[in-house]
Amino acid sequence: MQAINLTGAAGGPFNFSLAPGAAMAITGPSGAGKSVLLRMIADLDPHEGKVLLNGTDRASQPAPLWRQRVGYLAAEPGWWHDQASAHFTNRTLAEALMPTLALNPNLLDQPVHRLSTGERMRLALIRTLLNNPAVLLLDEPTGALDPHATLLVETLLADRLRQGSSLILVTHDMAQSARLGATRWHLEAGMLSAQDDIAINGDPQ
Amino acid sequence: MNPILLTPLDLLIAASLVLIDALVSIWLGLRLHKQLVVAAIRCTVQLLLVGYLLRFVFRVDTPLLTLGLILIMILIAGREVAARPEKKLARYGNQIAGLSAVALATFVTATFALATALRPHPWFSARYAIPLAGIMLGNALNAASLSLDALLSGVLRERAAIEAQLALGVRFRDATKPLIRTAVRRGILPVINVMSAAGIVTLPGIMTGQILAGLSPIEAVKYQILLMFLLAGANGIAAVSAAYFAMARLTDQRERLRVDFLS
Repeated sequence: MQAINLTGAAGGPFNFSLAPGAAMAITGPSGAGKSVLLRMIADLDPHEGKVLLNGTDRASQPAPLWRQRVGYLAAEPGWWHDQASAHFTNRTLAEALMPTLALNPNLLDQPVHRLSTGERMRLALIRTLLNNPAVLLLDEPTGALDPHATLLVETLLADRLRQGSSLILVTHDMAQSARLGATRWHLEAGMLSAQDDIAINGDPQ
Repeated sequence: MNPILLTPLDLLIAASLVLIDALVSIWLGLRLHKQLVVAAIRCTVQLLLVGYLLRFVFRVDTPLLTLGLILIMILIAGREVAARPEKKLARYGNQIAGLSAVALATFVTATFALATALRPHPWFSARYAIPLAGIMLGNALNAASLSLDALLSGVLRERAAIEAQLALGVRFRDATKPLIRTAVRRGILPVINVMSAAGIVTLPGIMTGQILAGLSPIEAVKYQILLMFLLAGANGIAAVSAAYFAMARLTDQRERLRVDFLS
């Protein structure tokens, strides 16, 4: 995936490219526009600039199709039915993925408001993964998770990376980007800069 | 049976009841007496003016004047619909949604009634067209403003739910369908209440007026039934079109949810 002169509420122009199987981790202070940057790539917020996927211009395809291939998951994902199961078109596939994230498939029969924040986050991740997007845009996907569940999510994401998906991750967890082999980027004052030198210098280990 | 014609003295005697209200206000210290008197005077003046205006329009009875008057009524109703919600759409979205909704509902139902049940000669006769359009408008205004308000206040509340679906590649029209449904429901419920209560809880105003004016109760009831059905139609059309017109103003070519168009 290639972003060319992306400019919008998050700042910019942003230019970067991401090979299949590669991951980017974006850090930055709250309100710097990390989420907005992901939303711009997913074409959910108005902005200038182009995004190409495998050389195909985003503008040449319908937005819903683009969003299936470039899956964005918000930090607080929304739900539009009472029952958890109603959010999945294919329940069998969802049930197959749930144990890998330490979720009991029975949770699907619960109303969404009965689920914990962490359970909701993992279910929302499954919801996004079931589209098999070529690029995953995840906004703090493990923010509400305990260390064990965090590792399970990372294992699942690493699988997807090995299968050729790309990943852009907003995270505050430096160790997480290292575990996923992600290049580190810092977004502040509308500028996105590579952080690998700072990360190496600042790494306590 | 001829209607009992009212004299100015009759109305003056009835006005004494308003004075009783004013005295109550003074006695209980409600400080409403001034507003009450002003409202009573406004009511009298406005209705008299409308009466004379209608008499003039009925006498002239040219289609152009009739249409012009109906259009002015539609404009005022559209403005009311637009002003009601707390939230406003950018680029006159409220006005456009409100105006289109009441205009569509009024024209469709009024023309339908004039072409089928009433069939006056000529069909655009001001004596039928104007009161009919007026009562349709009043109801369309109510339904459209309820629907518009429900939609615009719901869209921020449902933002995360709608955007979660958009992010999964669901089309905008499918992701917003539940909200459209809520809004239309809100707009249509009142007319269901009115129809269910008609004759039991309330004697509808038009019917009461016609009976007092000397029409046989059965004929008055038949008119009322016709009007109720027309109103149900007007409410439905107004609620649906207000919701869809407003929702169309909340998106763009890339099927985003543009809450920035709402302030």
